[in-house]
Order: sequence, then structure tokens, then C-alpha cells
Amino acid sequence: MSKKQDKTPKTSLADLALDFSSGFKYEPAPESTSHVRIEKQYELFIDGKWVAPLQKKYFDTISPATEQVLSRIAEASAEDVDKAVKAARNAYENVWSKISAKERGKYLFRIARIIQEKAREFAVIESMEGGKPIRESRDIDVPLAANHFFYYAGWADKLEYAFPGKKANSIGVAGQIIPWNFPLLMAAWKIAPALAAGNTVVLKPAETTSLTALKLAEVFQEAGLPAGVVNIITGAGATGAAIVNHPDVNKIAFTGSTDVGKIIQKAIAGTNKKLTLELGGKAANIIFEDAAIDQAVEGIGNGIFFNQGHVCCAGSRLFVQEGVADKVIKKLKDRMKSLIVGDPMDKNTDIGAINSKEQLKKINDYLKIGVNEGAEIFQPACTLPKKGYFCAPTLFLHTSQSHRIVQEEIFGPVLAIQTFRTVEEVLEKANNTPYGLSAGVWTDKGSKIFNMTTKLKAGVVWANTYNKFDPASPFGGYKESGIGREGGLHGLLPYLSLS
Amino acid sequence: MAAPKTTTKPSTNGTAPKAEVAAKNERLSVLKTYKIYINGQFPRTESGRYYPLKLSNKEQINVCLSSRKDFRNSVSAAREAQEKWAGKTAYNRSQILYRIAEMLETRRAQFTEELVNQGATAATAKEEISVSVDRLIYYAGWCDKFNQVFSSVNPVSSSHFNFSSLEPTGVVAAIADQNSRLLGLISIIAPVIASGNTIIALASHQFPLSAITFAEVLNASDVPAGVVNILTGEIAELLVPFTTHMDVNAVYINTNNQQDKVTAETNAALNVKRVRIEASIDWNQPQNEDPYRILDYTEVKTTWHPIGI
Repeated sequence: MSKKQDKTPKTSLADLALDFSSGFKYEPAPESTSHVRIEKQYELFIDGKWVAPLQKKYFDTISPATEQVLSRIAEASAEDVDKAVKAARNAYENVWSKISAKERGKYLFRIARIIQEKAREFAVIESMEGGKPIRESRDIDVPLAANHFFYYAGWADKLEYAFPGKKANSIGVAGQIIPWNFPLLMAAWKIAPALAAGNTVVLKPAETTSLTALKLAEVFQEAGLPAGVVNIITGAGATGAAIVNHPDVNKIAFTGSTDVGKIIQKAIAGTNKKLTLELGGKAANIIFEDAAIDQAVEGIGNGIFFNQGHVCCAGSRLFVQEGVADKVIKKLKDRMKSLIVGDPMDKNTDIGAINSKEQLKKINDYLKIGVNEGAEIFQPACTLPKKGYFCAPTLFLHTSQSHRIVQEEIFGPVLAIQTFRTVEEVLEKANNTPYGLSAGVWTDKGSKIFNMTTKLKAGVVWANTYNKFDPASPFGGYKESGIGREGGLHGLLPYLSLS
Repeated sequence: MAAPKTTTKPSTNGTAPKAEVAAKNERLSVLKTYKIYINGQFPRTESGRYYPLKLSNKEQINVCLSSRKDFRNSVSAAREAQEKWAGKTAYNRSQILYRIAEMLETRRAQFTEELVNQGATAATAKEEISVSVDRLIYYAGWCDKFNQVFSSVNPVSSSHFNFSSLEPTGVVAAIADQNSRLLGLISIIAPVIASGNTIIALASHQFPLSAITFAEVLNASDVPAGVVNILTGEIAELLVPFTTHMDVNAVYINTNNQQDKVTAETNAALNVKRVRIEASIDWNQPQNEDPYRILDYTEVKTTWHPIGI
């Protein structure tokens, strides 16, 4: 026995694989859904009231984790959109632009507080309908949404300090179209600055995630927000197009894919509509040899697996400096083995459900593309639930710049890994993309960080961290990742005209 | 009072009427070929084409009718120059913009003559040059200040240091105010390059002379090759290449034409270009210079770093 033991090579503590399962087992810790109130059917929220869609069309919204129907959602037609825009115009002309900025701000503060009071309900519904882990909706989405209203509330009566030398004027009716990856948070990102700047809103949530936006409408009612200041209309692409093309909308704010963003930019050509676009990304996450490797590995995982990779700023291209590539990849694979994929409502879950059947198909198509292009695929052994839409965390090795999985936004938990030798090489590769939303840099050397962060062509650069968001922090892209910023002082500008 | 004299004096740069010179058997003056400005050089258009322009002193000059390929060459030069120009210190860019103003000031006589030959009165020419010089100095001063005024340190609710600063958008294609002889062009070039962008500008079709002579000023002002490129030609031909080129990040189009606006904004969607459309304006007015014209061609970059450990 003892002789045998002597012969085994000594393993350093750092090389030991993570082992979270042999010592103890995670028991399911599901969040209760009993206290949340979801109506059987939701109408459109227009002019402060719930109104049935004129064409009486509805569609089901389901839980992507269980495929069970949660509710029926009204589908707004162009006529419904017109009603909503008229309500918003009326509220802008006769109410919202007439009340003092101080009062405007107080409404936003109220809204922030009510969201905080209902945080648990919002988090549960967000995970039920969107598929994201309850841990994320509880700790990130919902608190950030409330904070966003709280942050912009304070700006309402201070706009004259934001843009020196200019008078800040509201612009009118804002048409806002948001995606399904952060339903409530995106609604907050859009509505809070628009209202603080004195505009009124017609907002359309994504068709797979309408519920928290509709619950937000209930908050507006509860807060006593004047009728028509925010109108929430549900539907799919056609409803969105009706908002974009409505002649009485002064501003369009869209978050979604670059393809749709381009269609919108084209559609409003020649009109005087102001435009903000938050589009796709293919962010480089760059690990240098002198990085704190364990923290970097954690950051890589958070960068790509946060919210199932349904994040426009996801760190989906990993660049590892050659000297540490083997070590980083080994630790990353090891870390991936410890990720818990499954029930979004379970507090232990790291990776929840893919938002929709269509999105799962798109991700799976890319997995095939990656394999066919000759990249080496790795997925940890994990049992995916039988029902619902799930995808194991995936990485691809031996990828190159020409691979589609390196160039195109997958919007799923799929990481493409390349190695590099020099700073010049990695900058060239990182910037060689039509996107420019975000980037990550990992090194313990301060001067190297600033060299990288100034040269990376991206709107948000995380150094030694990743996927952090804050209401005070401007967010938005270079190049084809979008136009304009949301969040912070700079996020006010798209909702104002300066004179 | 002294200004009108310059128009009657024998010209030093060869714009005196040709027939008159021959008849009096005086020295034959040397005429200037007006060329375009790409990558710090003065080529003729690669297309070999020209359009004739009658000056008010009766002389006719042949102006380059720039092609789509001239524009493409300009974009290559502008892209090549952009990172280095943006990499200069703001203070250095400030001094270079100031140097442009100095060079323009010393050439007042030449610019006055050219502006008058393009139909300006001596008095308006004088004013246009003065405002042009002052406008360059105005933006020269902003180079190392706009970032201080419009950046922010963001008090995020986690233990991170977070700040936002402005960076140049990249390569900008601009169609200058066609009704302005010099000031409209300078008023768009200066704020665009102040932050570190590079530019390809289309001069006024009817008033191209002072634009090309301004390129000579740029060439003598330590402005690196490719940072400013100036073409002469027609909007009708160049609007599409200006707005469709995939390596152009932003466009400025000065036009009163609704169809041009639709075309520009439609084409810009190809690669999500930032677009600014503006109608012809009186550039002499002080409200037409402000730092927000610099901001129009910048991107907000936000950087995060943890605090602690």
C-alpha cells in the first residue's frame, strides 16, 4: 500500500479538479411560485386602462423550462398601436410636459419603490417565463431594474446640469422595442430615462417574455402615473414594425439583433425620428499570462454562461495567451463540469432554460456548424431535463477568425477559444469584427490594462471582471453593435433635443 | 479699403486673364491646376474627368470630377491614418489645429482673391476668412477639453471603479455645405478631426477653389497624411459611395434635398453608420460652433475595474 502511494506523482493543490459533488449532494431548492399572480389572459395597456386588442387575437406564452402555458397575451395590430401612440401623444401634450420636473421625478421614485416591494414576484415571473435562473433574476435583473428607475428619477429636475451650454428639451413620444433576454431590466432601461427626460412611451416587450412588462404596467397604475404616459402593447415583429413606422412617434429605441436594427434604421430613413440601437455583439474576452488565472476562469464562465449566453455583450470569443492556454482551458473545463444546468426556479441552478424552441434550434445549428468547420467541441457530462429547452455549456477549441462560430453571434452558452502570442496580435483579432459592444481583459498589470482598454473598439470594457451592469454606467456599442448609449448621464442624451 | 486693390494688382498665382497677358506681351503667368487631396498628396482624379468652372475674373478652370474610386482611395488613406491620429495626445492635436489656423491667417491675400473670384465681395471674403481662422482656433482649444467636460466617473453600486470617456468614431465621410465657399468646409472638418477621427470631405461643387487651396494649408500644417482628404465633384455621383462604403463609420451630409436625406439614411443602415444631416446654414453665426459637433463623431467608452483584493 505505502509503496504504491509513493509512486503516484504528486499533484499540487492547484491542479486538483473541482469536486462539488462527491462530498455532498445538492438537494433541489426550488423557489415557490405560489405567491405570484399571473392572470389567465392579458389585454393591452393603453391610456392607463386594460383594453382588448381590436382584432381579438391572442397568443400563448409558455415556460421554456416546462413548456406549460402560463398565460394568453394580446396581439396588438397597427390600429392598436395607433391608439397607443395617440394616448401617448395626448399624455405628452396635456399632462406629462405640463407637470413640473420635480413631480415627474417623484413618480419615478415611486415606481422604483414599488418594484422593490414586489421584487420577489417579479423575479419569480421573470424566471418562469424567460427561463433564466432565479438566482440571476432575483439578484441581478430585478434589483437593477428598480435601481434604474431610482437613478433616473433624480435626473428629472436636474437636466440643465447634464449638457452644459444647452437647454435640454423633451422630444415627445418614444417608441421602444425590447428583447427577451432581460425583459424587465430592458423595460426599465428604456422607460426610466425616457420619462425622466419628459417624454411619453409606447413600449413593446418581446413576444416570448411579455409578463413582467405587463406586471410593470400594474406598477404604473399603482403608482398613479397619469394615463397614457406609458403604454405597453404586446405582440411580435408586425407590432414592432407598426411602432417604428408610426408617423407620430418622435423617437425609436430598439434593443435586439443587428439584422433587425438595420431594418429599423432603414425604415425610418428620411423621417426626423431620433434613433437608439443596442444591437448584437461578439465580444473578445482576453486572458494574459500574468492574469490571476482562477479569477479569470471564473470571469470567462460568467462572461459566456451568464443568462445562458443570451447576452448581447457575452464574452463569446475567448483569447488566451499561449503560455497559459493549457492551464486555463483545463481549469475552464473543470469549472464547466461543476455548473448546474436545469430548473430555472432552483436556487442552485447556474444555467437555466434556453428562452425558446427557435433559439435552441439556432444554438444547436451553430453547434453543428462549429463541428463541421473542424473545431473541437467540449461539453461537460450533464443530464438535461427531458422537458423544456436546454443546452449544455459548450466550448470550441482550435477555432480561427474565419469560423462562423467566431464571427457570428450565437446568443447561447457557446464559447469559441483562440490562442495568441502578442498584444498586437490579440488587438488585431479582437477588433476584427463588425461588432463593437464589449470586451474583457484579464491581467494583473495596470499599464497593460489601460493599453488594452484604450485600443479595444468596444463601448464597454471590463478589466478583471465581466458582465457588470449599473444604472449609472453608460452601455452601448461601436460600429454595428449600435448607436447611442443607455444608462448614466450619457443615456439621457438620446431622449433629449438640445437647443 | 485696401482689400479691393488686390483684385486689380497683377496676380501672383496666375489667375490674371490669359488674353490680356498675351496682348501686352508681358510675362506669361503660371496657372495653377486645381487638384484633389488624398493621403497628403495632390493627385488629379483617377478618372481623368473634369468639370469647367467660370470664375468671376472670366478665367475658366478645370476642376477634378472625383470618382467613386477616388473616394475609395481616400477611405483607405483615412483608415490607415486614423489610429495614429487618435493616438496623438489631445494637446498635440490641439497644436496642429492651431497650426492650421496660423497657416490660413498668413494666406489671407490668396484666399481673399480666390473667394472674390468665386463671387464673394471683398468684405464678405474678409469676414469669411476671419471667422474660418477663429473657428479653427475655437476647435483647437476644445481638443484637450471636451473629454474633460463630457466624460464621467460613474458611481456604480458595487466595488468597481467605472468611468466613461469619449473616443473618436473612426472614419467620417462628409459632404460640406454646397453654398459655402470655405467656412462650411472648415466648420465640419475641424470638429470631426478634433477628437481623432479622420475625414473625407466633398467640397462645394460651385465653390471648389478655396477648398483645394485649404488642402494646401493643411499640407503645410503638420496634419498627417490621410487625416483630411478633400475631393471635388458632384453630390449626385458621390452620395451613394459616401454613404454605402463599409469602412466608413459616420457620415455628415449637408443638404436641403429630402431625397438625398432618404438615400443617405437608408444606405447608412448597411453598417449602422452614424448619420448627421443638416440643412445649409449661415456658418458665420456663433451658435453654429459648439463642442456638441465634436460629440456627434465620438463614442462613449465605459471601463470597469474591481476595487480591492
